[in-house]
Amino acid sequence: MSKLCVVLDEREVQDNPFKPDMWRIVRRYPLTSDVNFFQARPIDVDEALKFSYLPGQFVMMSVIGEGEAPFCMSSSPSRPGLLEFCIRNVGTLTGTLFGLKENQTVGIRGPYGNGFPIEKMEGKDILIVAGGMGVAPLRSLLLYVLDNRDKFGKLSYLHGARNPGEMLFREEFMQLKEREDLHCLLSVDKDDTGKWTEKVGVVTTLFKDLGPIDAKNTVAAVCGPPIMYKYVMQNLVQLGIPKHQILMTLERRMRCGVGKCGHCAVEYLYTCIDGPVFSWWDVLHMKELIGRGASDKTIA
Amino acid sequence: MILKMKKEDLSTFLDSVKEWGELWGPTKKENRVTYSKVDSLAQMDLKATRTIIPPKKFLYPPRFTMFDYDEDGFVERRGDVPRRILFGIHPCDIHGILIMDKLFLETYNDPYYKERREKTLLLGHSCIPDDKCMCMATNTDFIAEGFDLFFTDLKMFYLVRVGSTKGHDLVRMKPDLFSRDLGRNEILTYTEYRNWKNSQFKKQMDFTGMPYIFELGYNSPVWDQLGDKCLSCGQCSMVCPTCNCYNVTDEVELGALEGTRDRFWDSCMFREYSLVAGGSNFRDKRADRLRLWYTHKLQAYIGEFGKPACVGCGRCVETCPVDINVVSVSTALKEQEVGK
Repeated sequence: MSKLCVVLDEREVQDNPFKPDMWRIVRRYPLTSDVNFFQARPIDVDEALKFSYLPGQFVMMSVIGEGEAPFCMSSSPSRPGLLEFCIRNVGTLTGTLFGLKENQTVGIRGPYGNGFPIEKMEGKDILIVAGGMGVAPLRSLLLYVLDNRDKFGKLSYLHGARNPGEMLFREEFMQLKEREDLHCLLSVDKDDTGKWTEKVGVVTTLFKDLGPIDAKNTVAAVCGPPIMYKYVMQNLVQLGIPKHQILMTLERRMRCGVGKCGHCAVEYLYTCIDGPVFSWWDVLHMKELIGRGASDKTIA
Repeated sequence: MILKMKKEDLSTFLDSVKEWGELWGPTKKENRVTYSKVDSLAQMDLKATRTIIPPKKFLYPPRFTMFDYDEDGFVERRGDVPRRILFGIHPCDIHGILIMDKLFLETYNDPYYKERREKTLLLGHSCIPDDKCMCMATNTDFIAEGFDLFFTDLKMFYLVRVGSTKGHDLVRMKPDLFSRDLGRNEILTYTEYRNWKNSQFKKQMDFTGMPYIFELGYNSPVWDQLGDKCLSCGQCSMVCPTCNCYNVTDEVELGALEGTRDRFWDSCMFREYSLVAGGSNFRDKRADRLRLWYTHKLQAYIGEFGKPACVGCGRCVETCPVDINVVSVSTALKEQEVGK
């Protein structure tokens, strides 16, 4: 059959990028009152080890009968076989997801998005700042750096939560404090238990304990609620970290994950394929990535 | 390749190409122009300026099923697309399709769009601008690619430009109707036609400074004033040849965990467009949503590709019930005043 035109015949027919594969939920347990931890594994076991991704990337997850939404991985690609997600129950889709039991299935397609530029970050000091749900994508990066410890310089992890009960992965991060190959600083805005042994105050108070850093050789990765960005950015810029080395991962409504449906557009960028990881420099000249119209809204 | 055809032979030609697929063309009923399936040229109205909905609806239907699903997984629904020949498409709409091609066929291939694109032949036709056409300003008044055949009506005869091998195959179905006897007379006639067409535009627009104007006007009160008028009805998106946004929904069979995953046209004018779970809305105000629509077409796209994502078809000018369109918005931003 003759071909239609040049625009079309340059491309080979690919698999349908919208078709989810079926995955099995192998584990689910609560992290806090409204956040659950999920582990999933492909039904087709051969696929389990083939699924590779970068910290900061996301998948489109289908809950049968409910629809599809983007979720970032909280697991690290350095530990293949299972995908882990840290999900807050905020809507109808997550509501149904929270009703699923082990061995029930979800659809997954991806991974999508740019993810963190891991190769460019190698050799650099890494400073991670997580607030609230912002830990979901940053745990992937943290575990990746820990698993490839010799490829990176100094590692600092700053984590803020509202209170000890709301802190995600509390046991896991408390144990990280024992390690000597990273500087782990934890805080809560308010201690309502009387048993909190770490810092009390917003996450930026942790910067005082950070000590001297080699700013030009540091890459910062930030994720948290919008209110956090303003103050964290001030601190990071004051420390002298170059604006293009301050990275953050953002959230938008997405319907496709592959740059077609339009929903996640910001000016000429699509959050799904050009992001979700953007630099502070991107944010400064792309008005709607965080600022202005959306400044009081959740960005996780 | 450019060929020449006698005007009276067009009907015979279109009758013969129906062998390849369904013939569709512009028809007029009660002053409404739409693309309809036709039996012959006689049913078409080639003088009509623009259809209500652009031909994107053939490549990317307003609503269709992507998958059937049940608990075991998703089964792709494809392959039920008829072969169609669209006759009488104007240059602006072919430019619109080229923008859709870039979006749907680059980076990730959209198999639903691709299948329809391959099964749809585009037979363009020259047109005469009316008072709403702006294709001169958007540089989309002529077209050099993206079609299979393009017919330029030079009153005494057609010049037929062949744009693809498929188009050439159509020509080969009735080779006797075409001639390559082209010379001085055709060049002079064509030149005269171009000059005449260029003189027919009634609307003068200049989009060259738009990226700057939009950046400067980001916080302009003009957006709030336009937002106060806007009805958020989304008709501008439905009629725009370059609006591609869609939504996806899972339809469920009653009492069973099975159903269909459907895809349908969406508009960034709708309130839910940027709403995320938990209730955060990145564009809660109508003014914010209007600004996104126009920023995308006239700032962001120019910044990235050097030309606007507006093909000057005039559909928004004709359709918007409250006179918000590329002309009124650009003018309001430039003059810092919203027209009546």
